[in-house]
Amino acid sequence: MTEIADILISASFWAAVLRIASPLIFATMGELICERAGVLNLGIEGIMVIGAFAGWMTVYAGGGLWTGVAVAMLAGMAFGALHGVLTVPFGLSQHVVGLGITLLATASAYYAYRLALPEVTNPPRIEPFQTLHIPGLSDLPWLGQALFSQTALTWAAFACVAIVALVLYRTPLGLALRAAGENPHAVEAQGLSVGAIRIGAVIVGSGLMAVGGAFLTMSAFSSFFFEMVNGRGWICIALVVFGAWKPGKALLGALLFAGFDALQVRLQQTGMGQVVPYQVFLMIPYLLSILALILMSRRARVPAALMTPFNRGER
Amino acid sequence: MTDQDTAQGETVLRLSGITKRFGALTANDAISFSLAKGDVVALLGENGAGKTTLMNILFGHYTADEGMVEVFGQALPPGQPGAALAAGVGMVHQHFTLADNMTVLENVLLGTGSLWSPGLGKPAARRKLQALAQDFGLLVDPDARVAELSVGERQRVEILKALYRDARILILDEPTAVLTPQEADALFLTLRKMVEQGLSVIFISHKLHEVMAISSRVLVLRHGKLVGETATKATDRHQLATLMVGAEIEAPAPAEARPGAVLMRLDGVSTAPQGNRPGLKAVDLELKAGQILGLAGVSGNGQGALADLISGLEAPASGRLEIAGHPVTGWSPRSALLSGIGRIPEDRHRTGTVADFSLTENAVLESYRDAPIARAGWMDWAAARRATEAIITKYDVRCPGPEARIRLLSGGNMQKLILGRVLEAAPRIILANQPVRGLDIGAVTYVQEQLIAARDAGAAVLLISEDLDEILTLSDVIRVISGGRLSPEFARGEKTPAELGQWMAGQGFDHAA
Repeated sequence: MTEIADILISASFWAAVLRIASPLIFATMGELICERAGVLNLGIEGIMVIGAFAGWMTVYAGGGLWTGVAVAMLAGMAFGALHGVLTVPFGLSQHVVGLGITLLATASAYYAYRLALPEVTNPPRIEPFQTLHIPGLSDLPWLGQALFSQTALTWAAFACVAIVALVLYRTPLGLALRAAGENPHAVEAQGLSVGAIRIGAVIVGSGLMAVGGAFLTMSAFSSFFFEMVNGRGWICIALVVFGAWKPGKALLGALLFAGFDALQVRLQQTGMGQVVPYQVFLMIPYLLSILALILMSRRARVPAALMTPFNRGER
Repeated sequence: MTDQDTAQGETVLRLSGITKRFGALTANDAISFSLAKGDVVALLGENGAGKTTLMNILFGHYTADEGMVEVFGQALPPGQPGAALAAGVGMVHQHFTLADNMTVLENVLLGTGSLWSPGLGKPAARRKLQALAQDFGLLVDPDARVAELSVGERQRVEILKALYRDARILILDEPTAVLTPQEADALFLTLRKMVEQGLSVIFISHKLHEVMAISSRVLVLRHGKLVGETATKATDRHQLATLMVGAEIEAPAPAEARPGAVLMRLDGVSTAPQGNRPGLKAVDLELKAGQILGLAGVSGNGQGALADLISGLEAPASGRLEIAGHPVTGWSPRSALLSGIGRIPEDRHRTGTVADFSLTENAVLESYRDAPIARAGWMDWAAARRATEAIITKYDVRCPGPEARIRLLSGGNMQKLILGRVLEAAPRIILANQPVRGLDIGAVTYVQEQLIAARDAGAAVLLISEDLDEILTLSDVIRVISGGRLSPEFARGEKTPAELGQWMAGQGFDHAA
């Protein structure tokens, strides 16, 4: 147990938690927006892949880092638009469309990668986002290293939570979005377009998911390789449930999951790692997340119209 | 028309030649009428006559195939609720359009300003809402979540939503269907205040006494056509009923009951609440042979729990349940059936039938395990079909045939099949939960006559209904349910509707206990 305590007091552990959480935070906020408007977006996994690829490729081709983020976001929004059109006006099954988008986006990213770089065996690297030095805060002993040694994209992730929460709860737009996921008839009866709100939410949400993917190639790993998203999208879907469809709680969930993940990597390198197979450690964040999900989501209230298509003028 | 308009005030709304088709069905057939300032027009008609469709076209939920709507002389662009709202039309939907997870204020604010404005402006909105609530007698807490409100309060929110947007024309779709008589009176008071302030009201109903009480003019729709238009003063209930149905209809008038032995007894039975639904609280109940016991009450006051208990879906948490003098153990839907309980469920689509099964499959849903439908574990489909054909003939079920999927049938014919399924099993106890809800008058009369016939043949009938008129017409004895508790038993004619309404609102229980 002293191993765990040692890990928990190390500044590098906390820095890792924030780093690991960042892509999850972006994508979770994206999914939360979609679901709050009534659309389950299972395209999230593939949209993260396309975001990871598009952002990285832009920089690799000579674009700036922020240009890369913007391109990633636009790529995600494009797939979001496709998802939105298929699920909202056409009312197709959100499960089938979402999984289809994941397959399509993933395959498109891999295909484009091979087209662009047919000969490469070792994934080429780009110069990623650098740690942002905040005068004063970053120089604090321990705290500076633990909390204030992150890239701009991590700070953007936290800002994103605040913005999503503000928009959802403090603006007419957020009110309409929440109502669309709760009772679309209420939105329609107040003269607003349910379709426009839902498609808009899916497009914006998908853009955030793609930025989450871009974080992986542009802030965490600096190169693009296959299977790099590795189920993070699915985790984010669980995090939305864990967070009871509320931004703040979902952020907490992302940090918790990242904490378990950072912990298990470090535990592998301790004495325990000598005796216990490493696969057991890999399981830890998922096991604990499932447990937390069960405990947290029992009282969660699902948006009442989640996955319910809305067709105007139908009897 | 024109002379009348000038006599009553300016014309605020004009519908011309509205036609709407759904596939082969013409829901509205070239309907024209106009509404004057300060008018209260009642739109009267049976279920399926096209009243709601017409109002949905006016409000922009549907687009008419032909015809146009003019509000204050301006043509209304079709299919845009936003345009209708902006023109001063408000609608109180029968199925409330409220988001349950939001507050009253948020529901009212939804869509009122630009979506892109930075804030909600709640303090000013709250003041305006409170002033309106005060003016029109629509008291409700602006910061309460809708999920916590009663049905009556939710309706007030729906009305406030329209008033907040300065509606000049208010459409109310069957507003009293979910209210106690007292709440309905309060609503009528609110409507009068609106009329005093120069609003015009369109009021959809199929209850004649309300139409007579509140409206200044009546429009009658039948099968999508406008078949009558008259000043309320110049007509009476009988004439309106005939217009509405297209034929003279006599309400069933049951003969004096001759109650026999107690077939079912509940003795201090309680059940656990489920979600928003209250459980039963120490309920005593006796169902006697040859008697119809009518259970009045506002929806959601424990009717569901009592129906589930009697149909075997739920067992008592405490207390005794006796059938024909014997206490029951291991209560289940199967044992309820075997005890001779016939069940007409509240929701014929959800629990009464399996929509994509054939009439035959639906007809044997409760008897498929037993001879003659099943022999040695195998279905005898020929026998099932014969039994179904017998029901179709005897109960006049209009259908393409016993192999048709039941979802193709109208509500009335579906209910007749369920009625046949129940009555052919010769039940000793009949649970009739909202047996005529949503049926047209012909089917209503038929179902009610069959229930009376079953009573005369010695069955004990428990009639659960939210329609007090129906309870008063059919019941030999009446009890009222409120918050899971039962009132004492009242003889036919012992209490006036208003007195029963007080019990429905929960008054009187404490003295009785």
